[in-house]
Amino acid sequence: MVESQTQPPPSPAPRSRTASIIPGVEGPAVLVTGICGRLGKRLARVLHRERAVVGVDRRPFIDKPKDIHHLQVDLRRKKLKDVFRANDIRAVVHLGVMHDPRASSAEHHSWNVAGFGKLLEYVAQFRVPKLVVLSSANVYGPQPSNPQFLSEESPLLGGQNFSDIRDLVEVDMLAQSFFWKLPETETVILRPVHILGTVHNAPSNFLRLDPVLTVMGYDPMAQVVNEADVVHAIELALRPGVRGIFNIAGPEPVPLSRLIKILGRKRLSVPYSLASVVLRRMWALRLTNFPVPELDHIRFVCMVDDRRARDVLGFTPRVPLEATVLSVDEGRW
Amino acid sequence: MGEPFRERLSRVPLALGTSGVDPFGLDPQWAKYVLMSIGMMHRKYFRTEVHGIERVPTGRVLLIGNHSGQIPIDGTLVAAAMFMDAEPPRIVRAMVEKWAVGLPFVSLLFTRVGQVVGVPENATRLLAQGEALLVFPEGVRGIAKTIDQRYQLTDFGLGFMRLAIETGTPIVPVAVVGGEEQYISVANVDGLAKLLHLPAFPIIPQLFVPGGQFPLPTKYRIWFGEPMHFSGDPDDDDSVMEEKVWLVKQTIQSMLNRGLKERKHIFW
Repeated sequence: MVESQTQPPPSPAPRSRTASIIPGVEGPAVLVTGICGRLGKRLARVLHRERAVVGVDRRPFIDKPKDIHHLQVDLRRKKLKDVFRANDIRAVVHLGVMHDPRASSAEHHSWNVAGFGKLLEYVAQFRVPKLVVLSSANVYGPQPSNPQFLSEESPLLGGQNFSDIRDLVEVDMLAQSFFWKLPETETVILRPVHILGTVHNAPSNFLRLDPVLTVMGYDPMAQVVNEADVVHAIELALRPGVRGIFNIAGPEPVPLSRLIKILGRKRLSVPYSLASVVLRRMWALRLTNFPVPELDHIRFVCMVDDRRARDVLGFTPRVPLEATVLSVDEGRW
Repeated sequence: MGEPFRERLSRVPLALGTSGVDPFGLDPQWAKYVLMSIGMMHRKYFRTEVHGIERVPTGRVLLIGNHSGQIPIDGTLVAAAMFMDAEPPRIVRAMVEKWAVGLPFVSLLFTRVGQVVGVPENATRLLAQGEALLVFPEGVRGIAKTIDQRYQLTDFGLGFMRLAIETGTPIVPVAVVGGEEQYISVANVDGLAKLLHLPAFPIIPQLFVPGGQFPLPTKYRIWFGEPMHFSGDPDDDDSVMEEKVWLVKQTIQSMLNRGLKERKHIFW
């Protein structure tokens, strides 16, 4: 746990633009972390039409729309506080979770957990009324004993066999602790299933393989969701009055083999024992970016029950299955 | 089996998506091969006599039966009867042990023919979907009985009753006669079972005779009873549940006793 999380929230700091070296935007704004990722950019393009957007990311924002205010800031730096001080932040959308499997575990942990801790500290200090955290259905983890549809109350066992997931579970837990630590802030945690689209995440990259690797004797049911639908879910979560944890699923679940069939790709079916040995070797030689525990995602189910999102959030996926799957090829490069 | 078989399959009420698979992974294109083979066993090998299948309600239902026969042929024959003899034909769902779902091919086959992992959330969801769920509350205790204990029900688990009350599902008691004699077990070596991490280690002499590995072609008789309805608090004390479960157990036991009395011969 981050130390700052255990302290009571201090009284709101005065917003003084003159004291800050960071220029602010006029009027109420939404702060988006990780805005330079493909999902972040997509979200920014939707949000900036209706409200002022302040983006925070270490990376530069290429092709930035003029009215988006982007700051190349590391979440762990004090400069982040200046961003809160200089702007009238009314909502924070946290997309800045690092998923890079090649980053060292210390860097991963420090970025994801300590960085998020800092962000929470400022949300509390500046009494930001809304916090939306993009977690993932991966926090439940693929297990043979999983119920077919996991509810939001299911235990987060993702880190059980896949240690790299642990800090994502921790981020989710930190956000959960915010429900009771700061009840006046409407906290929303979204746990989408595998996001497909132009994004460069593990499921999209996996489906871009040709042939697609599968594990012999397994063909689990899978849920996917298009990035545009995730952006839509975030928009819905930003509405006043919405709070809680929501599983986000896309179109109907289908077997993994069906996803590959839609793409028209060949399948390479390998026994698990061989696949794990070869993948471990390839990982060590930096020939692949898929760590061995990812194989569990193509062996066991990790599907969610999204009834709450449909009923409370009013979310229904708009992109049909075929278009969702085919969208991975749009972002190949 | 041909056309009538395909026609029956098309009439099974299933919650299929546009991809032709239900949310649990049941695929009729896979299930048809399995149903064909168990249909052959049902009609030709075990020549099952089915009584009272018209009593099974069309919507969600819990089929509660006696377990027997060392391997779960009783379950497959109840499933075959529900497909071949019920109107409309149904594909029965059953719960599978968690460890089996981790095995390659086995998990795939089970999923595609509509079997699901044995966790309460799945049972609740299947019943909400209007499915017929087959449960053997005796579990391993029932299936691994020795021949001297044949057709004597062992302890029933209480989970099915809590599930029935919670979901307002009728219970249909099912008595299966013929399973206890297919593999004659003379003893159970508990120590060895524990050592090998197996649920039971029965001693079955016929396995040492050439051809004895196949189950004996006993004639199966399956009786479906009148639906039973229970109400109350699903989270009540075990003692309250036990009384309700006892009613189901006694009904099955008396159906079994009557069935055994009417049976003239084990093999025909």
